[in-house]
Amino acid sequence: MSRRSAIRRTLAGAVVTALALAVAACGGGDDAATSAAQPDALNPSADLKTQKLTVSNWDAYMPEDLPAKFEQKFGSRVTVTKHATNEEVMAKLTAGGDSGIDVAFVSGPFAQALAEQGLTEPIHPELIPNLSNLYPEASQLAYDPGNKFSVPYTWGTTGLCYRSDLTGYDPDSWNDLLTPKPELAKKITMLQTDRWLMLPAQKALGYSANTKNADEMAKVKEKLLAAKPGLLAFDDTTFYERLVSGEAALVEAWDGWCNYGITDNAKIKFTVPKEGSDLFVDTMVILKTSKNKEAAHAFINYVLDPEIHTWTVENILYKVPNKAAMEKLDPALAKKYPNLAITPAELMQQETLVDLGEAATDYSRIVTEVAAS
Amino acid sequence: MRRTLERFTLLGPGLAYLTALMVVPLVLVLSYSLFQRGRFGGLVYEPTGENFARLVDPLYLDVVLTSVKLAGVTTVLALLLGYPTAYAIAKLPAKWKTVALIALVLPFWTNFLIRTYAWIVLLSPAGLVNDALTGWGLIDEPLQLLYRQPAIVAGLLYAYLPLMVLPLYAALERMDAELLEAAANLGARPARAFFSVTFPLTLPAVVTGCVFVFVPSIGNFVVPELLGGGQTAMVGNLVRDQFLKARDWPFGATLALAVVALLVVLLMIQAWSARRLQGGRDA
Repeated sequence: MSRRSAIRRTLAGAVVTALALAVAACGGGDDAATSAAQPDALNPSADLKTQKLTVSNWDAYMPEDLPAKFEQKFGSRVTVTKHATNEEVMAKLTAGGDSGIDVAFVSGPFAQALAEQGLTEPIHPELIPNLSNLYPEASQLAYDPGNKFSVPYTWGTTGLCYRSDLTGYDPDSWNDLLTPKPELAKKITMLQTDRWLMLPAQKALGYSANTKNADEMAKVKEKLLAAKPGLLAFDDTTFYERLVSGEAALVEAWDGWCNYGITDNAKIKFTVPKEGSDLFVDTMVILKTSKNKEAAHAFINYVLDPEIHTWTVENILYKVPNKAAMEKLDPALAKKYPNLAITPAELMQQETLVDLGEAATDYSRIVTEVAAS
Repeated sequence: MRRTLERFTLLGPGLAYLTALMVVPLVLVLSYSLFQRGRFGGLVYEPTGENFARLVDPLYLDVVLTSVKLAGVTTVLALLLGYPTAYAIAKLPAKWKTVALIALVLPFWTNFLIRTYAWIVLLSPAGLVNDALTGWGLIDEPLQLLYRQPAIVAGLLYAYLPLMVLPLYAALERMDAELLEAAANLGARPARAFFSVTFPLTLPAVVTGCVFVFVPSIGNFVVPELLGGGQTAMVGNLVRDQFLKARDWPFGATLALAVVALLVVLLMIQAWSARRLQGGRDA
């Protein structure tokens, strides 16, 4: 008897009891997945005053006074809950039952995953007239062409963020990060989250950032393992501070976060490596379970208002896919933060991250292997 | 009959507490570990033994061994540092004892995350430690202290040292001074008296302190993340990553169960050795 079947047999008895318990405790979570995404008829003239909204967003990712302003204008009460990561809010949304959240801010691949599970409400464009403010490119995103279940909020790319005075040259390739010049060894950080930890090696090897090919993944792992000794750390949160302090000279960074470094030190520069990079999008989705779908649409429409959306660029220094908002920006801002001037056409040349499905496990495994090596 | 009722009344609240906060959650975690991963997180209710088979995967065993090693080194260092500290405090005059104990426990009232961040300030290349060393001319180039395993051990040691000192202090404080006098009268020098009398008498506290330090050390994931630069995976990080990154709740639950099982074994060893050492003394 193989080890695996021995384990199965031993567990068989326990499974029956546990199954009953778990089903009783958790309820059926996947029922929603079976029902096809049929748009419910929404009432465009619904009384928003009777609707309440719960919005889940990253901390400080939209204007602090937005809920109050929205409430003043439409009469719907807005409660904002905060999440630190996509995974955290996904855990709430996929746990089964009603999470109580009406609108969630999640990244593109996660919006796609929610939609494939039947957890999102189809977007009713007639309730979001401000969709016309978006760049045409913003409705051609690979994870959701035509904005059927998500509305893009911010977008950007990942690249090299560096201290030009410390590197002594202008890096232009992912290999500057993966196989650094000796004097830059241990002065380099890479992002820690699965997709972006893999990205430099994927692109340096000429692969897709969404690859599921086993041979390619093996080569990516090899390249990452070889790169690890040259790294100072894997870091998702303080890499720009490390640049400012001089602890690091070259880091992998999201363009918006590189801007946070530029605020403190003008010698910090950003570049998209010549091998190409990703296009990431943070989006807004409405949950199928929401009982306030008219207000949810009104909320998204309000966020796309040029006034409101400009706040996003000015305060969090991320690009927004909103043409009207970007045109309102003070040109001095794009001068100080050159990556704000990256055009939608340039962004679209990068590869849009999409959900990996089962292959997400392979990515996690490689990341664990690299971390444990 | 009345005795049974009485016992039940007395035990009831405790049992209810344990059932609600320990047995039920553990059974839930166990049931999670028997099912398959949902593609987007959560569970698919199809029983499988895969998760347990994955436990013996060399990759995860490696992570567990690294964790045991780091937690073990932390525990040994905590004992070597904690014992003299507890001894010194126990010998202080009563007034100063209180002051010393408060000083020992005080940092516990500050947020753990902030205290861990403080170590980054201490150990970074431009930090206080490197500044002092270069200032005294001991080194020319700043040392790379952060993002290495010793930095993790330093962080864990700092965090959990009081958990070693307190039980040792309690045992040393309780110890009958006349026993040492007797040892001296019988001709034992201080060192001999310490190893023949004091240390054996405090052995149960030593075991307790070691378990108190080892258990949270092995489960910690903040310190390896911040002071290890995400370059060393410990079992706590692995469990967290399964839930929050890999969206693999069943395997996360299985790993968590494995850690709990390891800790139960440790606590049993502690209980057994305490009873044995206690019994040995009474005999």
